[in-house]
Amino acid sequence: MSLRVGVITFPGTLDDVDAARAVRYADAEAVPLWHADPDLRGVDAVVVPGGFSYGDYLRCGAIARFAPVMQSVIEAAGKGMPVLGICNGFQILCEAGLLPGALVRNSKLHFVCRDQWLKVENNTTAWSSRYERGAEILVPLKSGEGGYQADQRTLDELEGEGRVVFRYVGGNPNGSRNEIAGITSANGRVVGLMPHPEHAIEALTGPTDDGLGVFLSLIDAVGVPA
Amino acid sequence: MARVVVDVVPKPEILDPQGQAVANALPRLGFEGVTSVRQGKHFELEVDDTVDDATLAKIAETFLANPVIEDWVVRRVDA
Repeated sequence: MSLRVGVITFPGTLDDVDAARAVRYADAEAVPLWHADPDLRGVDAVVVPGGFSYGDYLRCGAIARFAPVMQSVIEAAGKGMPVLGICNGFQILCEAGLLPGALVRNSKLHFVCRDQWLKVENNTTAWSSRYERGAEILVPLKSGEGGYQADQRTLDELEGEGRVVFRYVGGNPNGSRNEIAGITSANGRVVGLMPHPEHAIEALTGPTDDGLGVFLSLIDAVGVPA
Repeated sequence: MARVVVDVVPKPEILDPQGQAVANALPRLGFEGVTSVRQGKHFELEVDDTVDDATLAKIAETFLANPVIEDWVVRRVDA
């Protein structure tokens, strides 16, 4: 028996297939979850993948956050279930209030699509324990609204509590405050990031396999069921 | 029935790259003297008499605007 990890598909989701593949590469079982179905199917963790849920209408993630499946995810996260939001998934988790802050249009207005170096700042979360603290990893970044914004008090809190998990290195690609690429909840179980670890799990299809550690970390956090 | 307008704009402290792009384009088009542009959203809602002000405020705060990055104004207008 292996760990069961739900991967949500909304209308407009793009990266659910790669996210499910990354889950399988980490020797876990990928369980498809559907936006309109509140049933989490007994999963141990949930990945909210990237894309353009509901066409990014109104604001990125603003409509997805009210989907039936998200009500279950919000409730499960409240009980400590690990949740990972990648790109649009990060935007959805912010809109849902599971993570603080918001993502806005890139400062130069251009859609950024490139391999991006990140520094792992916190290796104690459910999704980052397999990394050395301070390690630099190379994963794809592909987003038009990836600028992380929060008020100064929230930023001070995130920095003070070590809740910045990933930080851009080698220049700020999108105007994110404090070069923030990814953050975590106070309990370290919910993580959101704009770059795409699920696209960097093996050399054949990605720039590196640096992203696989995100999914392997989950096994440390939850443990493999007997 | 009533018409309700909700205007949503980025908070002053939030970088507004779209507004800046518009502001930077104006001099190139020959329009001088515009020192700042903030770009937001304008919603027009047709609501029936059962929708009270408190409900409208909730719609704006929880859905139409994101209080983390945006300010908003709700007003009823003559239909």
